[in-house]
Amino acid sequence: MKVTIVDYNSGNISSVINSFEEVAKDKVNIEVTSNLDKIKSSDKLVLPGQGSFKSCVDALNNISGLIDTLNEYIINKKKPLLGICVGLQMFADVGHEEAETKGLGWISGKVSKIDNQNGKYKLPHIGWNQINIVKDSKIFKSIENNSHMYFVHSYEFIPDDKSVIAATTNYSSNIVCSIEKDNIFGTQFHPEKSDTVGLQLIKNFIKL
Amino acid sequence: MLKNRIIPCLDVKNGRVVKGINFVNLKDAGDPVEQAKIYSDGGADEICFLDITASNENRDIIYDVVKRTSKKCFVPLTVGGGIRSVEDINKLLSCGADKVSINTAAVENSKVVIESSKKFGSQCIVVAIDAKKNGDKWEVFTHGGRNNSGIDALDYAKKMEENGAGELLVTSMDKDGTQEGYDIDLMTKIASRVNIPLIASGGVGNLDHLVDGIRYGNASAVLAASIFHYGKYSVKEAKEYLDLKGVPVRI
Repeated sequence: MKVTIVDYNSGNISSVINSFEEVAKDKVNIEVTSNLDKIKSSDKLVLPGQGSFKSCVDALNNISGLIDTLNEYIINKKKPLLGICVGLQMFADVGHEEAETKGLGWISGKVSKIDNQNGKYKLPHIGWNQINIVKDSKIFKSIENNSHMYFVHSYEFIPDDKSVIAATTNYSSNIVCSIEKDNIFGTQFHPEKSDTVGLQLIKNFIKL
Repeated sequence: MLKNRIIPCLDVKNGRVVKGINFVNLKDAGDPVEQAKIYSDGGADEICFLDITASNENRDIIYDVVKRTSKKCFVPLTVGGGIRSVEDINKLLSCGADKVSINTAAVENSKVVIESSKKFGSQCIVVAIDAKKNGDKWEVFTHGGRNNSGIDALDYAKKMEENGAGELLVTSMDKDGTQEGYDIDLMTKIASRVNIPLIASGGVGNLDHLVDGIRYGNASAVLAASIFHYGKYSVKEAKEYLDLKGVPVRI
């Protein structure tokens, strides 16, 4: 089996690579690339993302044919993909960070700034927060409800169809922190930095 | 609910932990990678390395330390000390650091924070403020506390937020090393001035000081070095104590 971490200059992905390699050991081949043929031939994809919504979408667009390849992979081939942080946010139709930016449109919805209630809550939302698992998602296998995950973000994904929500977390409001829709999975938190629980989620994804 | 973070900090010099304690089962107390692993296994919410290597030719050692640590510890890793440029930040991040903490360079060249937060995202840019009281205000010091910039720490904190810092690591130089507790007045004033999280540092001597930093200093996270180094308390003990006192922590 081959799991590919899409390397599209989205910022620092070394922690994502380290965590997948730790879980995979020598049993699963972890590839880090933006090569379209290699992406097409993967069994699973990981779409990381750091920085702003706009900078990540721009970075995807900068690699010729990448978005088409991802669309083909997700919509036609229906193979599994895990989006992490801005990687998940880009599933949306539109993002409002920096400038209004078109997303991948895989899951209808928008990405907006977290309401900090007039400064009552600090932003970014940084640190360990508990997740409330609302859907029996395969990526949460052997993960207890109310487990802690590591977050760092100022924007949240608001999907139109609430049935795609797999988990939420409570900050200034209830924030969507995990998505599952058919073959598309996503986490707003960073499983690669969420200690053993995060590694379990990565293991679950690899084992899908 | 968002939990308050406990961040043990390790001083690293030429790739070795300064004043490391010999934990049971630890093969090499001077190895920062092993120490970091002990902390993360004990429930540390983040690990912080402060590189105090003086000579430039030995600067590359920290990159190797970060690389090896990030393959073993799966909690956030912040690295500070000696960062001069956006390129230095790029190197540390690509070795596996999740955040960098910038001190002197942030004072001397505001572009470093502005450009790096744009390039890598605010989430990985921590500005470290070393502040010392002078009359009724606090001034920002640079170069490991040797030079007084004369800049007002509260105004500076606000400016760093505007420049794109994702967090502030505030150290009271008056309290650092005293074991008398954080400078609560300083922490409260900075926390109320900015809307980004504050990490309190400098002065921890016991576990009540950690409670105070969060409860009265309004810090989102508390950093401590010596109480953990010297084995006075383990990270686990610290978290259990905070939990007992009603401070929300990840257990």
